[in-house]
Amino acid sequence: MDIFIQQIINGLVLGSIYALVALGYTMVYGILGLINFAHGEVVMIGALTALTAIGLLVPSGLPGPVVVLGGLLIAIPVCMAVGFSIERIAYRPLRNAPRLAPLITAIGVSIVLQQLAMMGWGRNYHTFPAILPTTPHQVFGAAITDLQILIVVTAAVLMAALLWLITRTRLGRAMRATSENPAVARLMGVDVDRVIAFTFVLGSALAAVAGVMVAANYSIAHYAMGFMLGLKAFTAAVLGGIGNVGGAMLGGLLLGIIESLGAGYIGDLTGGFLGSHYQDVFAFFVLILVLVFRPSGLMGEKVAERA
Amino acid sequence: MLEVRGLTVHYGGIRAVKGIDLDIAAGEKVALIGANGAGKTSTLKALARMLPAGGEVRFDGGDISHAPPHTLVGRGLALVPEGRGVFARLSVRENLDMGAYARDDRAAIAADLDRVYTLLPRLKERAGQTAGTLSGGEQQMVAIGRALMSRPRLLLLDEPSMGLSPVMVDTVFGVIRDIARDGVTLLLVEQNARLALSLCDRGYVMDSGRITLAANSAELLDNPAVRAAYLGE
Repeated sequence: MDIFIQQIINGLVLGSIYALVALGYTMVYGILGLINFAHGEVVMIGALTALTAIGLLVPSGLPGPVVVLGGLLIAIPVCMAVGFSIERIAYRPLRNAPRLAPLITAIGVSIVLQQLAMMGWGRNYHTFPAILPTTPHQVFGAAITDLQILIVVTAAVLMAALLWLITRTRLGRAMRATSENPAVARLMGVDVDRVIAFTFVLGSALAAVAGVMVAANYSIAHYAMGFMLGLKAFTAAVLGGIGNVGGAMLGGLLLGIIESLGAGYIGDLTGGFLGSHYQDVFAFFVLILVLVFRPSGLMGEKVAERA
Repeated sequence: MLEVRGLTVHYGGIRAVKGIDLDIAAGEKVALIGANGAGKTSTLKALARMLPAGGEVRFDGGDISHAPPHTLVGRGLALVPEGRGVFARLSVRENLDMGAYARDDRAAIAADLDRVYTLLPRLKERAGQTAGTLSGGEQQMVAIGRALMSRPRLLLLDEPSMGLSPVMVDTVFGVIRDIARDGVTLLLVEQNARLALSLCDRGYVMDSGRITLAANSAELLDNPAVRAAYLGE
């Protein structure tokens, strides 16, 4: 039983991170119908930027949480700038091109960013310094650290804020209108290019936070970390119903929990044949099941192809 | 108020609008009638800069031929698009709020919302409902109410009667009449020529991308060619 609870806790932490990243995929898809495969790379840039900043801040002797916050406050604007540039340079010129062109470009951007990161940060793993308290709290026989609590709470607050922005503000209304019909949104006076740019910047800010969370949670970051993370978050977005913001949140949390439970029990399930390092299997098994049985996702509506 | 000179629209190699001139004075109600494919919708879309177009369009004396499309509503030009174009996943109220997107005079916006609700009481009843769940006629009301929320001085209407029941057509045209009475200048595109001409002061007849006739409504209604081609007589 305590393994079950432990895996649920781990899954919530992981799922919170997936959800933040999945939001970036789903918001861009909702507005442009584009899968921004470079989004995972933005997470990676966030993680490595923060680690570099943290490395510079550690000698200052400031308390650990302040140092991490400092890293975060540097990573966020860097990622926002990266997201803005990606849209401007790679996607905007292809706005009216056939759908396949921006998709291939997205993969290209992903490769370019990864290679640039490798040149800048090298091929080595960067470790997260041990500056955060790691004393576990006991909950129903399972352990949860301050960091894990912080990750879940931060993600929850950010998602609540995002929902408020999208459903309650003028800008959010313009985003939803643009996602439904950009031509008519323009008639209403919406500067569609700006809304699209804002969507990328917003998604990238969330990606930066997620990147720092991943680095802190696994104590490690690497130039290639964005690929798998991006694929998982994309899976989460599809699971929830791509284009649907609530769906990305739900899909992220569900995928995190499924994966954690899978990792916890895969040994028992296969009689010890497969170990917990096969946990990635579950995410993609979920992706296949969703694509086969419910392509519109849990919360997605059946959407007709745009004319 | 609106002066159009040599307006052209191309779709690839096909010329949909072949150099037309239009003049609309402030307070006028003008109909643009013609058969399917005559270029009426293309003309309206070009005026609202939803399509790339050639020629010159002056609105209130200013050249808007190259104005970014999202700036037009702020100048007082609104379009109720073909097929209504309501935001189906937004509520009726949110659709109306989108109409006032370019404005920031909150008190006046609230007053205009009241006015739209008075003009279209159905929208008030359905304010919280998702626009996609409304009937076609109600959606047309949303589209018209939304355009009014921008407080337009020139309102372009594209086939507001399309797909509506006769009763709903009467209702919608009643509302359009009320709007005109408030002094909003109208350019109305309609396939239902009789309906359009009964409301407007004068009309242009469009055929194969050209204006073939321009006269006041009474003359057009009496014109044998118009009667034969567009009034089904």
